[in-house]
Amino acid sequence: MMSYLPSPPVLAQLGLIFVVFNMLVMSAAFMVWLERKVCAYIQDRSGPNRVGFEGALQPFADVIKLLFKEPLRPKAADAFLFALAPLVSTTAAFAAFSVVPFGTETTLFGLLDQPIPLQITDVNVAVLVIFAITSMGIYGIVLAGWASNSKYSLLGGLRSAAQMISYELSYGLALAAVIMMAGSLSLREIVLSQSGTWFGFIPKWYVIPQFVGFLIFMTAGVAETNRAPFDFPEAEQELVAGYHTEYSSMSFAMFFLAEYVNMVTVSAVATSLYLGGWLGPFLPDWLGWMWFLLKVFLILFFYVWMRWTLPRYRYDQLMEFGWKFLLPAAVINLFVTAAMILWVG
Amino acid sequence: MDVAAFYICAAIAILASLFVVAQRNPMHSVMLLITSFGALAGLYVLLDAPFTAVTQIIIYAGAIMVLFLFVVMLLNVPTEDPAPSSSMLLGPTGMRIAILLSLALGVELIWALSRVGAAWFSDGPSATSVSSVTTIGVELFTRHAFAFEATSILILVAMMGAVVLARKEGR
Amino acid sequence: MIGLNHYLILSGVLFAIGTAGVFVRRNLITVLLSIEIMLNAVNLTFVAVGRYRGTVDGQIITFFVMTVAAAEAAVGLALVISLFRHRETLNPDAFSSLKW
Repeated sequence: MMSYLPSPPVLAQLGLIFVVFNMLVMSAAFMVWLERKVCAYIQDRSGPNRVGFEGALQPFADVIKLLFKEPLRPKAADAFLFALAPLVSTTAAFAAFSVVPFGTETTLFGLLDQPIPLQITDVNVAVLVIFAITSMGIYGIVLAGWASNSKYSLLGGLRSAAQMISYELSYGLALAAVIMMAGSLSLREIVLSQSGTWFGFIPKWYVIPQFVGFLIFMTAGVAETNRAPFDFPEAEQELVAGYHTEYSSMSFAMFFLAEYVNMVTVSAVATSLYLGGWLGPFLPDWLGWMWFLLKVFLILFFYVWMRWTLPRYRYDQLMEFGWKFLLPAAVINLFVTAAMILWVG
Repeated sequence: MDVAAFYICAAIAILASLFVVAQRNPMHSVMLLITSFGALAGLYVLLDAPFTAVTQIIIYAGAIMVLFLFVVMLLNVPTEDPAPSSSMLLGPTGMRIAILLSLALGVELIWALSRVGAAWFSDGPSATSVSSVTTIGVELFTRHAFAFEATSILILVAMMGAVVLARKEGR
Repeated sequence: MIGLNHYLILSGVLFAIGTAGVFVRRNLITVLLSIEIMLNAVNLTFVAVGRYRGTVDGQIITFFVMTVAAAEAAVGLALVISLFRHRETLNPDAFSSLKW
């Protein structure tokens, strides 16, 4: 009987994939709730508090509502591309998380012979893989804009795509500075090179020497996920709802899911690159994933806080900022990092 | 396992390229070409070149194809008219000769390459996990430094040229 | 077992498909796409032979080929845009006024 099951390492790997997938979906649901609650408290009201304790079941109620809505499709829309676009967005969002490490190796309390790292896969070009998959996510938005065959969607999609491409440059250059300091492209090794402390209590996280790089990365990350002050392409007052105007029911839910999972991925990558991943002071090594969750949660809270506090950039201001300010800053950051590595070591 | 992966990726690449060439809607052509590039990236991974695979996705599928997509969308490129057929098998004379010539090229290449002695890949140390990125970086910046700098100037010139060429007249 | 011959034949086939596309298609953008197919076939050859010989030279050349392809695609598409503005069509047969 046992011979019909796959071998324990394969089972462990499948279990890991299952756990990560569910965590991502649950975190998207959690983000929906967090956003509405934080927004409410910032606006001095109390947010959802009917469904479940403090509105905690609100995201599930939203999903059920969306499931029961009628899926519409404009008649002149290109059917295949219209259906493909949310799939591309969602797949890219989930796939980018596959190389993010969230803990040290574990043997699952001794059940396994060989420890498996808490990461779906560890490629030695992991950082580039995330970059590549994020670039593929742009296609979901562009296709959605085009396939809806409506002027708001097309404009929203094109603007969104142009914004994401422009900010990808600064994103990559900030990444390059961290890679130079760590000497490896594998996220696990970048996290491990941040272990240890200076003077016994300041952790050697890259956020301290690379403070400017961290700010550039977070700004570019916010622009990449079309959030907070850079969400002009989905601004209700300007473009109805941008590239997902014509979508309803589950397709719309998939775009939302993709957006939140993208936020989680950017936060997770920022945590691994700058905030030391799963490393933290008091807990034992095998509980490192708790530190990871805490740090990701902090960055997500910051995302939500920014959205409801800052006004929105106009599109030309946004593009000007990305090209004329952020990109030179990222290049200068790279130069300074290289110079410091050469002279100080 | 590797054999299956090779045949699957090769089949996807060939089919996607065939459809790019054969079908009329330019938007679908672009999306099919992206699929073909993805399959080629898979082949690069099988060839122990993960850096090339990822660069293929980032540059080709992620940047160049987005450029093509923008142009197709902004120009609202119409679906191509069917060629004025002379009601024979493959359309007017030009197209028939073209397809024949391409077939001849393909057959010639396959014939020639299959008569070369069988060449197997060696399972050398380059086949394992030593980071190819480091090796590529060292080679690129030492032996090929001039080509690298020249290529960067080339891209700068191409960028300026593209901006100037695509400007509206009268500015 | 997959050997070098398999990869070379595959890239030969892809190159022939790209060539057919350049000859047959009557839409400038698809012609440019076929040129990209040809460039990719060449890239595949380089990486395969590089792996066969055990060096990274193949991958370095592909790096340059990709860069040059990007530059060429950018300039080519800019030309396509100006041509389209001039003639409102992308059919190469419409741009034959220099023919005798």
